[in-house]
Amino acid sequence: MIGRILNLRRAGVLGLNARNGDYIFHYNQRKYYPLVDDKILCKERMVRENLPVPELIGVLREMHEVGDVADMLGECKEFVVKPANGSGGDGILVILGSQGEYFLDADGRMVDFETLEHHITNIIGGIYSLGGQPDAAMIESLVHFDPAFSRLTYHGVPDVRVIVFKGYPVMAMSRLPTRRSHGKANLHQGAIGVGIDLGSGITMGGVSGNSTVSHHPDTGAEIAGFHVPGWNRILDMSSRCYEAVHLGYLGVDIVLDRDLGPLILELNARPGLNIQIANRRGLRHRLDAVDAHCIELGDVVENPAQRAQWSRDILGEAAQQAKLAG
Amino acid sequence: MIFAYKVIRLGYPPYPDMESAAWTVQAKLELTPEKGAVRASLTLPSRPSGYNLAQENFVSRGFGLTVKEGNFNRKADWAIRRLRDSKSLYYRLLVIRDTQQRSFASRPDYPAPPDLEEPFATAARDLVNKVRAESADTESFAAAMLNRLTGSEPDENMDLFLAEVENFRDRVNLAQTLLAGARIPTLQLHGIRLDADAQRAKLETLLAVYNGDEWLVFDPVSAAEGLPGDFFIWWTGQGELAEVKGAHIKDLQISTRQRVKSSLELAQQRAELQKSRISLISTLQLPIQTQAVYEILLLIPIGILVIVLLRNFVGLSSFGTFAPVLIALAFRETELLKGIGLFVLIVSMGLFFRFYLERLRLLLVPRLAAVVTIVVILMTAISIISNEFGYETGLSVSLFPMIIVSMVIERMSVVWEERGAFTSIKEGIGSLFMAALAYLVMSVDMFAYWVTVFPEVNLMILGIIIALGRYTGFRLTELRRFKPLLVKEKAPE
Repeated sequence: MIGRILNLRRAGVLGLNARNGDYIFHYNQRKYYPLVDDKILCKERMVRENLPVPELIGVLREMHEVGDVADMLGECKEFVVKPANGSGGDGILVILGSQGEYFLDADGRMVDFETLEHHITNIIGGIYSLGGQPDAAMIESLVHFDPAFSRLTYHGVPDVRVIVFKGYPVMAMSRLPTRRSHGKANLHQGAIGVGIDLGSGITMGGVSGNSTVSHHPDTGAEIAGFHVPGWNRILDMSSRCYEAVHLGYLGVDIVLDRDLGPLILELNARPGLNIQIANRRGLRHRLDAVDAHCIELGDVVENPAQRAQWSRDILGEAAQQAKLAG
Repeated sequence: MIFAYKVIRLGYPPYPDMESAAWTVQAKLELTPEKGAVRASLTLPSRPSGYNLAQENFVSRGFGLTVKEGNFNRKADWAIRRLRDSKSLYYRLLVIRDTQQRSFASRPDYPAPPDLEEPFATAARDLVNKVRAESADTESFAAAMLNRLTGSEPDENMDLFLAEVENFRDRVNLAQTLLAGARIPTLQLHGIRLDADAQRAKLETLLAVYNGDEWLVFDPVSAAEGLPGDFFIWWTGQGELAEVKGAHIKDLQISTRQRVKSSLELAQQRAELQKSRISLISTLQLPIQTQAVYEILLLIPIGILVIVLLRNFVGLSSFGTFAPVLIALAFRETELLKGIGLFVLIVSMGLFFRFYLERLRLLLVPRLAAVVTIVVILMTAISIISNEFGYETGLSVSLFPMIIVSMVIERMSVVWEERGAFTSIKEGIGSLFMAALAYLVMSVDMFAYWVTVFPEVNLMILGIIIALGRYTGFRLTELRRFKPLLVKEKAPE
């Protein structure tokens, strides 16, 4: 057991306690948490900073507003209902279309209007929020994901998660929805995590739970070697989020829209650690590299584009391999 | 760590002091019925010198019970119209050592000289005269008389009396008669010695002699003077311990047991500490009932420490951060296995109803309220049903913190829907496991003793929790979780 601890340490694996104690407590000030925890506030801030986000259709804060949902939606038949303060992807209802009286969810199940309203009242009641506090439900327009991803996803929308430390992207992965995850891009719910090379934007091997997968279980497509479109843009956007929300240790979730390109879906002040498994790399060495770089820079502050470039050059797979070999 | 140092350095006894000051004394009267109505009376101790009485209990199902209170004479009278089988009556009390000396009898009248037949009357007179000549006061008179009685100094008058003595009781009576001949008031003291645990404590009789000012106590066998410190006076005078009409006393036994952990004993110990060392803050000044509450409250930090370890070091997750501790507290009353059984029963039944409620599409707060109500109804039902069948554990179901149970049910059902039954049940079992572990740690007697006598132990626990709070190493479960990330060891060259 001691051997394994030392081994993981050498691999630079970050544990939950270390993430919380050494990074989140130090670099994420509590006063900025609501900016990312409340998805409505987060969206407003993103819009202010000119960062692209999916369009917000409406917000429901009170029970009596639930009746207005029909008006709010209007002719829109493709949308996503989310709790503003949800966690872990719970409580997200994705509607892909409608059939007569019914809506169709990501699994192709029929959802009647009453079920939709009940779901919204549950969200407002706080069933998905931390501590059960009253919450708000937000309705967003559906992202039409880039067809480039279609071979790698089952229903749902795949996303890209980038961990940004002090404004420097340090690690990235893509989360591919599967039949098991009900179209949700959530690793806990069965989505596949795929490591992405920061330098090139090309996917590496995938993991489902803790085991490796080479092919998507529902589409059969090979996971590795896929080039994520608009990679440079994704990294630039991620870097800019640091200025937007002032969180030193940040998870940025990005989706690729067919028409609009990369959109920031949400930010996370306590990003999970599975990204290490998806990438087969520990985070710690990269975080240390960023720290060292910042010390080197002294008082100089790099702009987001410079930071993204640094990450591509130094933390990219090519540079990392060279370092390992050297 | 400083606190551990403090405890060790200041030398507070870490274990309960075995020289206990409190005893549980129980008298068991076993009756076999003879005929008709049965009356049994048991003499009860009343304010014995050097002891205090507390928590008197009578166990006598079916019998009517009256307790006659007198100043120096208390009696419990049991009565039953008809007794079919042998029956045991119990009287139990807590006896606490007390330094206060009390008189065990009021100021007596001077007894009339005994009316004896010849040749005993003359022999008694001679004996009294002879002993009076050898003694200075009542005390030395009684001592000399008892000495003669024990036969250490042969005397032909005494031999005359001793020829009639068949047993110990006669001997004591004889001593009383002879002392009455000198118009000295005497009293028999019956009691037991509280020096060791005994299934069948031996009843002993001492003789008290009144010297005009106070009672002096003599051992009628050895003639030694003084009331032994461990002698617990049960009753005085000529009467018997128990008298029964309409039944036959099959057995009468007095058992004594030292209370190793009575809070009163702790209080005594604390008093000792106070005299010799610093005065320490302790819950022992509180009333007994409040003490019982604090005994539980003070244990909570230890339970929580267990949860901290399990969550941040082992990496288990549970429903509700500290819910397992509260469930563990309920286990204290129900015992572990039965507690787990009851908990699983309530939660699974609650889940069943919760799924039904889901179909009614209730809003969150009313739905939670409905779950709480259902949990209360379930608890009541379980208590009533188990009472019908005579299972006593079922009754303790009411001790479960119902709000916590309701929240567990609610969280489980949400997780059930969102993540599937497997995850939900797994986390439920995880919570239960943590509760069981917290219970096991909290039920360690030594911890219970520590927190009640040294509440500052909780400061120590606080220190440990704070120290653990900065642990940023791996959790045990993470060793498995991050297995794919292990660096391949280089093959030995």
